[in-house]
Amino acid sequence: MLRLGIDVGGTNTDAVLIDGDRVLGAVKASTTADVTGGIVTALGDLRQATGFDPAAVQAVMIGTTHFINALVEGERLAQTAAIRFGLPATRALPPLVDWPDRLVTAIGGHSHLCHGGHEYDGSPIADFDEAEFRAVLDRAVAAGATSFALSSVFSPVNAEFETRAAEIIAEQLPGAPVSLSHEIGRMGLLGRENATVVNAALRGLADQVATGLLRTVAEAGINAPVFLSQNDGTLMDVDYARRYPVATFASGPTNSMRGAAFLSRLPSCAVVDIGGTTSDVGILQQGFPREASTDVNVAGVQTNFRMPDVLSIGIGGGSHVLHQASGTAVGPASVGYRLAQEALVFGGTRLTATDVAVAGGRAEVGDVSLVAHLDKSVVDAALRFVDDRLAEVVDRMRASAEPVPVVAVGGGSILVPEDLAGASRVVRPDHFAVANAIGAAIAQVGGEVDRVYSVVPQQRDTVLDEARQEAVDRAVAAGARPGSVEIVDIEEVPLAYLPGNATRIRVKAVGELSLGGPRA
Amino acid sequence: MREITADHLPDLARGAAVLGTGGGGDPFVGRLLAEQALKRNGPVTLLDLDEIDDGAFIVPTAFMGAPTVMLEKLPSGDEIIGAMRALEELLGRKATHTVSIEAGGLNSMSPFVAAAEAGVPLIDADGMGRAFPELQMLLPTLGDVQASPMALADERGNSVTLRTDGNAWAERLARAATVEMGCSAAVSLYALTGRQAKDHLVPGTLTLCERVGRAIREAREGHADPVTAASGVLGGRTVFTGKISDVQRTTTGGFARGTARLTGLDADTGSALELSFQNENLVATRDGEVVVSVPDLICVLDTDSGEPVTTETLRYGLRVSVLGVPCDPRWRTPEGLELAGPGYFGYAHEYVPFRGAEV
Repeated sequence: MLRLGIDVGGTNTDAVLIDGDRVLGAVKASTTADVTGGIVTALGDLRQATGFDPAAVQAVMIGTTHFINALVEGERLAQTAAIRFGLPATRALPPLVDWPDRLVTAIGGHSHLCHGGHEYDGSPIADFDEAEFRAVLDRAVAAGATSFALSSVFSPVNAEFETRAAEIIAEQLPGAPVSLSHEIGRMGLLGRENATVVNAALRGLADQVATGLLRTVAEAGINAPVFLSQNDGTLMDVDYARRYPVATFASGPTNSMRGAAFLSRLPSCAVVDIGGTTSDVGILQQGFPREASTDVNVAGVQTNFRMPDVLSIGIGGGSHVLHQASGTAVGPASVGYRLAQEALVFGGTRLTATDVAVAGGRAEVGDVSLVAHLDKSVVDAALRFVDDRLAEVVDRMRASAEPVPVVAVGGGSILVPEDLAGASRVVRPDHFAVANAIGAAIAQVGGEVDRVYSVVPQQRDTVLDEARQEAVDRAVAAGARPGSVEIVDIEEVPLAYLPGNATRIRVKAVGELSLGGPRA
Repeated sequence: MREITADHLPDLARGAAVLGTGGGGDPFVGRLLAEQALKRNGPVTLLDLDEIDDGAFIVPTAFMGAPTVMLEKLPSGDEIIGAMRALEELLGRKATHTVSIEAGGLNSMSPFVAAAEAGVPLIDADGMGRAFPELQMLLPTLGDVQASPMALADERGNSVTLRTDGNAWAERLARAATVEMGCSAAVSLYALTGRQAKDHLVPGTLTLCERVGRAIREAREGHADPVTAASGVLGGRTVFTGKISDVQRTTTGGFARGTARLTGLDADTGSALELSFQNENLVATRDGEVVVSVPDLICVLDTDSGEPVTTETLRYGLRVSVLGVPCDPRWRTPEGLELAGPGYFGYAHEYVPFRGAEV
């Protein structure tokens, strides 16, 4: 099966062509502000390098950090109204309560409370007050809100308030984007609501980007289905991405980890992925990224959708090297995607991490003679700084004192020394520079069950088996090859005090994208 | 005496979650509530027990209910003060101070809300030195301090006052009222004098929470081991390091009971630990042998980050370290063990006091 994997990072856009388990070609282009420009260049280069026939491509998989970057930068966010059903409860902590001021301003800061939501036992906290909601909606619209995030107490158990409010918005403002918390996050109102508001704020941008991606792929003569990779390493179609941009948030680190596992054939290791501005370190367990155990803070916002456990530091190939009396430091400021223009080895004027790596003999990139004049003590001090920081991060991530194999990937991985403290060995697989794109291309299809079951203790196994089977069936329905589907995660949480041992069970199954499947 | 501002709360909340031994509610929501209250009302004065007059009239408050529910149905903000006022009205006297009844995540933070809203000083102490699931399980119960008269209040403005025949009935009746109030309510109880507080509370708990939280944070910042740092401050010892391989839960009698199985890593490779919990961690059994048991503290921390792990967030694949910490000696008396020992929670084993770090 011929697949194109594309990873749009903040600095580079990578593209790979894969046939089954074989990497046929890989290229790297600079990311452009419009996202699609870099893809056009990368596809053109890849075609030149491999001579592939666009019509023969069977699937295009894209990973993008675009949406999370937009949030971090607080740019191009929709004016978003966060409307919660929970009064008279929940008033002490209204929507957006713990958000950074900068982001509240960026999304317009519309926070509203309405009566409603449910008690643990399914009875309403208060009845749906249509007049109150319509008045809130009018106020939000008058204040400039264009995207709407709806949350309701206990909506993972009963989503009635969210769906009724969504119907009213659809009738009042046809086509307006509405994000519902029960479709986005888990139990825990604030984390779920925050994730929903973030999603809502990105809807407009997601729509533009999705349309741009489809057009770009079509213009390259490819008529295969287009998928985006999700936080957990599985795929979603473009229409899903329009509605749920948060699901792409952590696809960058996930893809590089999955790509690293694929290339190194090491299912359990630490992965150090170095780009232009940051180094991301994650842990692979049996081929999948270890997930964060707690709520994840995204750009200063506490959220509870599932993300891989990744630690980032501001050291990348484009990081500025600062040599001062107080010592030598690398990053966090970076030339970013302008590395190819600004770094010394490429004829620029900025001393970057890449320059010291070249001067120190770790890599051969650009023109070595352009860094020959650098003071050896500065080069050594800068490299030592990088080595210490990388070793620290790996050390903090590994689960034991036991040294772990470290797989170095990403364009900036030339910074990683052969001998890294705490690493049993450093593996630099072929195609390391495009591991992200390879991870996207090998992404699989997932199926998930997330429901409240009544679990009689003696029947726990039966109920779990049912849930497992349903998750497998859903993965197959979503395009996974039957027989390739495995259960990768099970979570069971009883809702205390609910009659009949009500337990929330969440099962995730993952399988290979099937050639003959409904979507492929 | 010192002033507590919102800046002190993150360390305090993290440490309180460690002392919460897996229960006590969500420290994040508790911290936000306290933060909002301190921002609205200004700093709270924290006093040591020996700074209190014997005649002081101390009214503690707490949240009561199911942690899962409290994460969803967040408070309105009127519950705590509603419960306090209802009890003051019944007793015909205004509180001069307030105090924490337990060192748990949410309930170590709710007294800051009460102190800030009522404008009274908070005492650096608590009634357990840890968290327990039932509200008669306080050291003051051993000293014949009555939980009732007591009051409960919800977000709607409902309040209930109770006079009960002993503290076990206080738990039963308050629990029933809490269920009717949607499984989350504020409660005000164990009104006590300064003298009684000095005799029956655990001194310095909030400061201890802050020190534990700070030790974890600083260890992380300084790239040292946060689990060792926390254990050092608590005078505890790591009894197991491993990976969670299975979690089973059931809800019986209103409490989330369950067991987690841990597979050993590092020095514990080849061993297995079974953790039994009822909201809080109660018994740790290593390869069939009880190594730590209630009323001693069993604290589960994320091995890498040192973040406390609650029993509700125990999950397959998590890498955790299990700490044993000796409890307040008063819990080890025959009366203490009767109130909150292994037998009370339905375990057949004899209580063997856990020995902390060798000094």
